[in-house]
Amino acid sequence: MTSDVASARSGALPPATDDPAPATAPRRSRPRWVSQALLTVVALLFLSPLIWMVLTALKAGGEVFSTPPRPFGDALLFGNFSDALDYLPFGRFLLNTMVVATLGTLITLTTSALSAYAFSRLRFRFRDGIFFLYLGTLMVPQEVVVVPMFLIMQKLGWVNTFQALILPWAFTAFGTFLLRQFFLTVPMELEEAAKIDGCGHWRILRSVIAPVTAPAFAVLAVFTFINYWNSFLWPLIVTNDVSTTTVPLGLNLFLGQNGQEWQLLMAAATISMAPTILLVLALQKYLVRGIALSGLGGR
Amino acid sequence: MAVTAPIVVGGDTTATARGGPSHGYRKGDGRSAIPFLTPGAIGFLAFTLFPVFASLAMSFFDWPVLGSPSFLGFGNYSELLSDTTFRTALVNTLVFVVLYVPINIVLSLGLAAWISPRIKGRRFYRVVFFVPAVTPIVGNAVVFSLLLTPNGLIDSTMKSLFGVGAPNFLGSTSWALPAVVMMSVWQGFGYNLLVFSAAMDAVPPSLTEAASIDGAGTVRQFFSIVLPLLSPSIFFATVLTLISSFQVFTQAYVLTGGGPGSSTTTLVMYLYQSGFQFFRLGFASAVAWVLFVIIMFITGLQFLAQKKWVHYDQ
Repeated sequence: MTSDVASARSGALPPATDDPAPATAPRRSRPRWVSQALLTVVALLFLSPLIWMVLTALKAGGEVFSTPPRPFGDALLFGNFSDALDYLPFGRFLLNTMVVATLGTLITLTTSALSAYAFSRLRFRFRDGIFFLYLGTLMVPQEVVVVPMFLIMQKLGWVNTFQALILPWAFTAFGTFLLRQFFLTVPMELEEAAKIDGCGHWRILRSVIAPVTAPAFAVLAVFTFINYWNSFLWPLIVTNDVSTTTVPLGLNLFLGQNGQEWQLLMAAATISMAPTILLVLALQKYLVRGIALSGLGGR
Repeated sequence: MAVTAPIVVGGDTTATARGGPSHGYRKGDGRSAIPFLTPGAIGFLAFTLFPVFASLAMSFFDWPVLGSPSFLGFGNYSELLSDTTFRTALVNTLVFVVLYVPINIVLSLGLAAWISPRIKGRRFYRVVFFVPAVTPIVGNAVVFSLLLTPNGLIDSTMKSLFGVGAPNFLGSTSWALPAVVMMSVWQGFGYNLLVFSAAMDAVPPSLTEAASIDGAGTVRQFFSIVLPLLSPSIFFATVLTLISSFQVFTQAYVLTGGGPGSSTTTLVMYLYQSGFQFFRLGFASAVAWVLFVIIMFITGLQFLAQKKWVHYDQ
């Protein structure tokens, strides 16, 4: 483990393993635990806005503002969370967003897997040309297309519908690009063996490629779900009705509507963040790999 | 992996070419490709390709939401040249980019280096800093408006510590934009932290070991070995961070609504206001294309400049 000793000394240069214990005391002036403690303080400070959000969500309305600030009110009011759901009605917005994000993710995964299979495993005329056309549109900012997209939705009569929230963003080049990158890493031999066994393309995609590249699907699913969940500009443009309002729009409404109900707003904000945080914690291993591999993600 | 990310993009044509003929795909699969391509292609044509060209076309029209469009030529663009709100929005966006991008990159690089193998549970720390990048921006912005408001957490903490309150961040023309930048950095740098961490993990320990034997200290090693090896990742992250920072909208919209006055009105906010509050769809499309051209121009410049400082060979 000589490399660990060296990197423990040099500090900034990690090998791929987690938490190697240095065999000798580091020669640096700052001992290891100081660095660790300082980093913990920085991390807590970094999280303090979110910690304050949760603390505020548990207070009574009159206790939100005080000098000096008090972390806790007289009681922990967990009822604020259910009150927040009934307010506006935020619970309905939550349900809407759940439907939009789930369906959007399913459609994106399906269409991306199909196109990625064609672009990585099949040979046809203009394949690379079409793929570069796809890639080229990765550069186009969403803002460029929202204006005509709104007109399309109007023509289709889709304003204030779920399909308007879902479909325009379910065919982006990103999913195709990401899955194709992973599909290319699957050895052709696997596929050829399946072919000899008489499998068609559908079976190969479903039973050979998809299982091997499951982590890629996980990455794409998380990014896509989070993008739908957090999306703001497009829902702001295409919906103005309670039946299709999404969580981010609801939070913005909340903020504009009543400045006095901060504890309910913070409870709603906490609820809005919970699914994304849980997803990331559950799938952090895949996410880190996906970001490292593509450099992209819901930016 | 991130070290090679830009190469992967360019390299996959060769990979497919290799995967093609040499593996017995001499016969075309055109017929079998159709069902695989069709669903994606229809959506792609209808919701990506068509709107891109429609947007360009619309930018040459006076295009109200109701009523019929009329051709203007470059009318919308020449109006932009003399439009003071547009100029303000452009300057605000540039100020945001110039503040946000360097702070983001330096902070994420520094923290990635700090969260080294000496730190126990480094995966956990990385995820901690990544959390606000995945929580809804509107949620983050709503929390920050509670922190930044008069009598909010920052104001009351300063009052009780120093006896002097904080400025009214969101209500002041000089503080509002820096406050938006601060919130954006807090929210956004976790992505680059992950990218840089992954790239640093890929630096071979033997290199730094050798440098350490030659007597190079931590700082020297970081600047002479780690940074050059990381340059492809830094380049890639900078390009993407710049692109996304030109598109800043949500946090400014929620925190300040573009105000006070128009001190935090960004290009995308001006696009939104023109298109969906004043219903000038053609004019809004012209704003969108100016934004797009700026982004393409800056991205092109970076690709030209990368030869000077990005090292792709190990």
